[in-house]
Amino acid sequence: MTTFIIRRILQLIPVLLGVSILVFSLMHLTPGNPAVIMAGESAPEATVRAIEQRLGLNDPLYVQYWNFLTNALQLDFGTSIRDNIPVMNHIQARFFITLELSIYSTIFSLVLGLLAGIVSAVRRYSFSDVALMIVTLFGLSMPNFWLGLMLIQWFSIELGWFAPTGWGNLDQIVLPVIALGTAGAAIIARMTRSSMLDVINQDYIRTARAKGVKERVVIFRHALKNALIPVVTVVGLQFGYLLAGSVLTESVFAINGLGRLIIDSILQRDFPVVQGAVLVIAVTFVFVNLLVDISYRMLNKRVDLN
Amino acid sequence: MTKNTLLEVEGLKQYFPIKGGFLGRTVNHVKAVDDISFHINEGETVSVVGESGCGKSTTGRAILRLDEPTEGKVTFQGTDVLALSKSEMRKMRSDMQIIFQDPYASLNPRKTVKMTLIEAMTIQNIGEPKEREQRALEIMETVGLQKHQIDRFPHEFSGGQRQRIGIARALAVNPKLIIADEAVSALDVSIQAQVLNLLQRLQREMGLTYLFIAHDLGVVRHISDRIIVMYLGKIVEMGDTKSIFDNPQHPYTKALLSAIPVPDPKNKSERIFLRGDVPSPIDPPSGCRFHTRCPFATDKCRTEIPVLEHKDETYAGQHDVACHYAIDIQEGRHKPTHEMKNVRKVLDEEGQDIAETKEELNQR
Amino acid sequence: MSDNILDVNDLKTSFFVEGNEIKAVDGVTFNVPKGKTLGIVGESGSGKSITALSILKLIEDPGKIVGGSISFKGEELTTAKESRMRQIRGNEISMIFQEPMTSLNPVYTVGQQLRESFKIHQGLGKKEGTKRSIEMLELVGIPSPDKRVDQYPYELSGGMRQRVMIAIALACKPELLIADEPTTALDVTIQAQILELIKELQEEIGMSVVMITHDLGVVAETCDYVAVMYCGKVVEFADVESLFENPRHPYTVGLLNSLPRHDIDQDELIPIKGNVPAPDEMPSGCRFAPRCPFASDICATLPDLETQEDGNDVRCWIYTDEWDGEEVNVYDKEHSS
Repeated sequence: MTTFIIRRILQLIPVLLGVSILVFSLMHLTPGNPAVIMAGESAPEATVRAIEQRLGLNDPLYVQYWNFLTNALQLDFGTSIRDNIPVMNHIQARFFITLELSIYSTIFSLVLGLLAGIVSAVRRYSFSDVALMIVTLFGLSMPNFWLGLMLIQWFSIELGWFAPTGWGNLDQIVLPVIALGTAGAAIIARMTRSSMLDVINQDYIRTARAKGVKERVVIFRHALKNALIPVVTVVGLQFGYLLAGSVLTESVFAINGLGRLIIDSILQRDFPVVQGAVLVIAVTFVFVNLLVDISYRMLNKRVDLN
Repeated sequence: MTKNTLLEVEGLKQYFPIKGGFLGRTVNHVKAVDDISFHINEGETVSVVGESGCGKSTTGRAILRLDEPTEGKVTFQGTDVLALSKSEMRKMRSDMQIIFQDPYASLNPRKTVKMTLIEAMTIQNIGEPKEREQRALEIMETVGLQKHQIDRFPHEFSGGQRQRIGIARALAVNPKLIIADEAVSALDVSIQAQVLNLLQRLQREMGLTYLFIAHDLGVVRHISDRIIVMYLGKIVEMGDTKSIFDNPQHPYTKALLSAIPVPDPKNKSERIFLRGDVPSPIDPPSGCRFHTRCPFATDKCRTEIPVLEHKDETYAGQHDVACHYAIDIQEGRHKPTHEMKNVRKVLDEEGQDIAETKEELNQR
Repeated sequence: MSDNILDVNDLKTSFFVEGNEIKAVDGVTFNVPKGKTLGIVGESGSGKSITALSILKLIEDPGKIVGGSISFKGEELTTAKESRMRQIRGNEISMIFQEPMTSLNPVYTVGQQLRESFKIHQGLGKKEGTKRSIEMLELVGIPSPDKRVDQYPYELSGGMRQRVMIAIALACKPELLIADEPTTALDVTIQAQILELIKELQEEIGMSVVMITHDLGVVAETCDYVAVMYCGKVVEFADVESLFENPRHPYTVGLLNSLPRHDIDQDELIPIKGNVPAPDEMPSGCRFAPRCPFASDICATLPDLETQEDGNDVRCWIYTDEWDGEEVNVYDKEHSS
């Protein structure tokens, strides 16, 4: 197990390097002179030169990348063009809001998805199974920003149950979490269903029944733990989509998270902030998947020996 | 010998690499087949028997180069099979066909029997294109299927019939040698008997040669002229069928034969129980590979690899055995070191060994 | 009656698929005398495994027991409540299955799976349960049981896993063990170990065994009585020596003639012609008639399972007064091919 974790962490190095190159290239792949783009078309020559100077845009590309990388390793992404505050300060304030949103949404997806999946599998072809699978189809098909807008329309404006914007209080948290977590819940429900159906037909489930184990225990103890193994992988990938989805959701609900920071910075051509925020999200995603791999290992003992 | 040798296998080795470590390097090998030699004469049936993991199926695949052998020489009618180029090998395959245990898995589910048979002939360029359909119908009859079934798909047949299709496909290209890899193992006895009789009839009528790979010794005794017994990648005993069954000389062959339940309640055989499981082919035991489970093993067995040779001077036919003490055991000069009667007690003695190897595995 | 631990009478189990009824077990009758081993032998599709699962009422949707009775020590099981069945399963009647590689739950240790039986049926806690689990592993001949108890199934070989399955099955000292092809997936030398183990434990615990197999060698070796099944019906029920020496049903004779033997020389195998009929082509009369070399007009009607003078049963018109064909010698090899 320890060998496995060390190996996985070592494997992260090339991945993270790749991510850093991609994020670094953002600025240079955009057509035109980055400094002009940042300063605006009509900016005076001096301002453009100042930005070039500050960002080291005159250095050779590899020097620029090297500086970017070494600074990023020290969590230094430079300063914002807009307000000269260090990028890290911007990110720090917002990162935890996005993380909270993502985690709550994951928990929401997981609880709802697992329950629906188990019910569907155990009562296969029943009314509740068919109904649940239709509902999940809707859940999958709805874009989260549209769902967000609909939720605001119904529950905030018409019913007035929840706050339409902001983050922090319970009445502000509920709607964004539903908007962001529904698609995930639907995927997890479908995945759990097929995985459970697969497991329920396994020989060891019959063994458990032949021992005199209660049906409820057969489902929750003997079947679920096995059925979770493929679901865990999906949850990990799902977390990545949640991070990406938060960009839109945060805009809809006016939440001051990383997603919104990215959008605002793109609109204001604040490249260092965009770079920093994207890098932080990418790195978070990579580490979440590391955790998923490790928990997959712990659930699935058989992988260990191979 | 006056008979013509059809296939000669010399020093065949098949090692499969095991990847591991940080960089996925080859850390070890599964020595599935480790230096075996034998020959098959034209028109005879030779069986390879042994338990799972002994290398019998690997041997069959290596001869056909379905897996490229690590080392050794395979000569078919004087041609060095392993030296052939890919296109030459494809031609050679019309002479050497294989039938698998699960015909369903080896038949294309989207092709009718006719398509499968004609395709096999087309690939090997057998007969004129116009004659192929007629030939396919003839083969259907030869293997005991109805002509009108030729336009059906594999899923429309029962297990026994599918195995007949597998045989038909092999016959379509006029092979000289058929390798039957557990070809009748999955069939019920009543159907198995039909297929065995079919194989024997085809041999008589078409002069086929069979390499029969099987674990069922009843089937093997019935169909074979000669038998090769394998254990952990090595041949432990090889000889004429009657001699092997009536006078097994290797302790493993004896244990194997004694372990088969006899379908006669009045004739329960004296059983030799082997200790524990077959060791891993990754690190096979030194010396004689069977020494960890052999009741007759001595220090010599632990260090010296026994040679496969003719030992019983009183027998004129072929009967080779790879055991240091084959004759001594037979003449009662060499006694077992422990009794092999109680299954549970025997295991306790062996227990320590197994536990230790597992622990070593875990540490790696 | 009182000598039998299990009496199965006219048991019928069907599967309902897309409006069709597939009669997997179609009127099966047999009994298991106390302390003895009954073999149920038959080829694939004969319904032998479904019979076994029916006894423990482990038939799942879309399958259903549709008729007959199962009497275990005089208690009727077909009408027993699910809660009563749970008390019986793994405690009074245990079962082991064909595939040791897949019959153990891969995510729990051997000990966890054994302890569960002790917890359900005897209310034992973790400490006592573990102690008993180790004892059971020792009983079935697993080396270093105190280490094995904490291992996962993937760490064990096929033979070891089947030993663990037996340990689980025997944990609560059942009165009846149903073994469904327990050695089919194992190599012969391991099969010999497992069959011997079951036999030894049977004597130690004094239980009865139902041995389901397709292997006539296993039957001859382990069973006292044999029920031969074909297409969901018992065609012959006999003590093991009579069955092999004096088989009555043409199907039984056909099976024995088809069997390649390793212990004696045979000239030729005499197979049974044709194939097992598909469920939708099942003949209404004797199920074996289309493949039977002796079939006559009367075979279009289903014969009953009737007791012969030596106490054994056979379901065949040849042995009745109604027989309308010529004088038959079922061992006539010329005739059967």
